[in-house]
Amino acid sequence: MSELCLVAASAMLAACGALPLQGPSAVRRVDLRADDREGLLVAWLEEILYTLEVHHRLPTRIEVSVSEQLELTGRWTEAPLGQIEKPIKAVTYNDLAVRESQTGLEATIVFDV
Amino acid sequence: MAKSEERLTKQDLIRRSPWLWEIPVSHRSDMRVPVRLFADDKLVESALEDASLVQAVNAATLPGLVSHVTVMPDVHQGYGFPIGGVAATRLPDGVISPGAIGYDINCGVRLLASDLTAGEVEDKMGDLASALYANCPSGVGVKGSVPLSSKELDRVCRQGSRWAEHNGFAETGDLEATEEDGRIDGADPGTVSPRARERGRPQLGTLGAGNHFIEVDVVDRVFHSDAADAMGLRQGALVVQIHCGSRGFGHQVCSDYVRELQAVVGRYGIRLPDRELVCAPLSSPEGRRYLSAMACAANYAFANRQILSQHVRRSFAQTLGERRGGWLTQVYDIAHNMGKIEDHTIEGEVLRVCVHRKGATRAFGPGFEGLPPRYRALGQPVLVPGSMGTASWVLLGTQGSMALAFGSTCHGAGRRMSRHQAKRTVRGDRLRQDLEAQGVRVRAGSLPGLAEEAPTAYKDVDAVVEVVVGAGIAAKVARLRPVAVVKG
Repeated sequence: MSELCLVAASAMLAACGALPLQGPSAVRRVDLRADDREGLLVAWLEEILYTLEVHHRLPTRIEVSVSEQLELTGRWTEAPLGQIEKPIKAVTYNDLAVRESQTGLEATIVFDV
Repeated sequence: MAKSEERLTKQDLIRRSPWLWEIPVSHRSDMRVPVRLFADDKLVESALEDASLVQAVNAATLPGLVSHVTVMPDVHQGYGFPIGGVAATRLPDGVISPGAIGYDINCGVRLLASDLTAGEVEDKMGDLASALYANCPSGVGVKGSVPLSSKELDRVCRQGSRWAEHNGFAETGDLEATEEDGRIDGADPGTVSPRARERGRPQLGTLGAGNHFIEVDVVDRVFHSDAADAMGLRQGALVVQIHCGSRGFGHQVCSDYVRELQAVVGRYGIRLPDRELVCAPLSSPEGRRYLSAMACAANYAFANRQILSQHVRRSFAQTLGERRGGWLTQVYDIAHNMGKIEDHTIEGEVLRVCVHRKGATRAFGPGFEGLPPRYRALGQPVLVPGSMGTASWVLLGTQGSMALAFGSTCHGAGRRMSRHQAKRTVRGDRLRQDLEAQGVRVRAGSLPGLAEEAPTAYKDVDAVVEVVVGAGIAAKVARLRPVAVVKG
């Protein structure tokens, strides 16, 4: 689940084409908990969207750890946000799925753009 | 197979009239009511191409539904609930579902009328488009011209367009010509999260991105002269449409409650085919809290369109002279993403219901007391923007819309291509050239964003309107033709 959250965050940032500006970096820590894996994934990605839109900061080096009790601890270094090519407005529960596969966990996430 | 890949076929539908199709309650064991789709032969095929009718069937499983789920001819796939869907749930124990109202709470359309003709301002139309683009902030996350303190945001949440009026952002007659006079009752800012507040405070008075726009149109043809006169619409005259909603504020309210309700839906014994349809009884603490937060976002959206109206008037004044700006009078302002508590007659009984309209417009018929006196005998104005570069329509609500569709009708052309598909098939720069060649001035912040909204990505709005008029759930007043478009 830790790796899935990391990959999902990277994929979302790549999908919206977010680029950093040169400037002072900072470290942010995020603690989350959810009743199920899908809900945790949505909450995690929403944290990142909120950081982009409200703080205008782009998470760069992301570390994330999820316990068996679905407690997530995230930590990232963030840079000032430069541009976003395709902004994402919300993470939806539409078709949301986290499933086991031969190579690990897979997820389907639909974003409101 | 992902749920969005499920499809119905035409064999699943029963044709009830040339304009009306039904998915019977026997189609799936968990349906509580049938689904009724307004469409002609071509639009029904289009509705079957995506998952919108599967989503309507899913919606038909919600507890407390009355009569049927209505689907409009401009339907397309949404998140959980189809865009172009209407569902009414009975008070007090029927449910309210944030996903059946949408992320952009009170996304809607406002129409301003002028007595200027296109010919009179032809040589200044490009300047007017540029002034609109400069004065109306656009783009996702962009900051507006009216930053709010936390206390002021509370007032916007409670007062809606009245807040705008008190702060100099309205002309006489604007509020009267707004659904609910621009203010929904029951808004409690205490039900809105700190995150929604942070997203909302800087964004008031902004257009946003996606399919939101400001468009200058010409009244191309009048079909109902009495109604057009009452609305101040004259053939050949310029009008302005503003299409936008509650911005990041409404998105965050929806996101917050879709997540919050996931934790309680099971407690109420509700099983759902799609988690995006998550809901709670209207009488429950969670349902009441969402309704109150939704009212806050709806009022924010009314205030947002009100402020943008003043930016539009300022743009006209800057370009055409001070007197001109004062000549833009409000025809109407109507929501198409909203949950409303209304009384409807269902099988001879008057019921109080929560009407969920997502991508569907309220369309109350003649006699509705909440209308301005000049419209009361005619019916409620309905504003149906087409796709960029194509026609838009002004319609009237009818007795038929009250009887058949919980006082609702269509809201636009309806997408036929996803945004991704549109970008793959249309180039933004080429589209802008084509529109300019057709005499439509375009000011857009993003060429890929422009491509997403290409006319080919949408259904034919004229065909959509023929269906709702043929079915009797709206009447034609006027057709509009675009001459300038501003997009984020």
